[in-house]
Amino acid sequence: MAARIGVVVFPGSNCEHDVVKALGLFGPARVEAELVWHGERSLSGYDAIVLPGGFAHGDYLRPGAIARFSPVMEALSKYAADGGPVVGVCNGFQVLTEAGLLPGALQKNRGLRFLCTTVGVEVCSTRTVLTSETVLGAPLELPINHFEGSFTCDAATLERLRAEDRIVLRYRANPNGSLDDIAAVCNEEGNVVGLMPHPERACDAMTGSTDGLALLESLVVAATAYARLPV
Amino acid sequence: MKFEVLVEVTLRPGIADPQGATIERALPALGFEGIDGVSVGKAIRLSVEASGEAEARALATEVADRLLANPVIEDSTVTVIGAMEPAAPNAVR
Repeated sequence: MAARIGVVVFPGSNCEHDVVKALGLFGPARVEAELVWHGERSLSGYDAIVLPGGFAHGDYLRPGAIARFSPVMEALSKYAADGGPVVGVCNGFQVLTEAGLLPGALQKNRGLRFLCTTVGVEVCSTRTVLTSETVLGAPLELPINHFEGSFTCDAATLERLRAEDRIVLRYRANPNGSLDDIAAVCNEEGNVVGLMPHPERACDAMTGSTDGLALLESLVVAATAYARLPV
Repeated sequence: MKFEVLVEVTLRPGIADPQGATIERALPALGFEGIDGVSVGKAIRLSVEASGEAEARALATEVADRLLANPVIEDSTVTVIGAMEPAAPNAVR
């Protein structure tokens, strides 16, 4: 049976269709991707959840600050605690940090520039739901598209992230001032991952790179495995 | 009774403040010398229904802690400006 992946739509999300389309590349036999409105209070029946990029609730106050109070977030916390695969892309990453599902925070870019470009990142951990099918140290070319993508956390948290193998991707040339070149982090178990680059936009040679496919393949593998777990 | 409350949200010490740094660098070009320590934050005004100043402060502090500031990177200070003038009960409109 195809893995059922939910893509959460907040008011102001704008990458949800890109994610659904990219997941559609894996074929209906493997993946069934669908949109989930942020007012949903249950995520049962989904084998993975993606929080897409955009400007949830207008990014008012801070990116993710209002979104974390959306009804779906309580269900998402429980889903993540139960081991469900969760990936937050860009604004989705910001929402996950605001919700406390991932450590740290995303600040305004160093240099105060909105960045819309393709960057090189390196896979630093392959134990996560987003990187299990990638090669450690592999260079990936992925698009970024953000103003608030500079990852920051206190020294003790950074030490923990390093010691616990929770830094998932690092920029090869730091574009935004992120602490320790961090582009993606995960929770302790590796089932919740947040990243600033957009893997869903790197799935077709026509748009410049297909390096996002290995990341989404990892998510599909994780979703398939989660679907097979006894309820 | 309504109280006017000011919540100021500032970046915690040690957290990069690119907006503050940019403003600080612009000052000499305008002829302002000897100004440093520029930091940019947010000022959020609330009118809070409460029985007294202490309750108004407590409510605003809870709002600041749960929503207005992100404790990972920001601090907040709550100032009760004062009681707001009640509307006159039989005001002629």
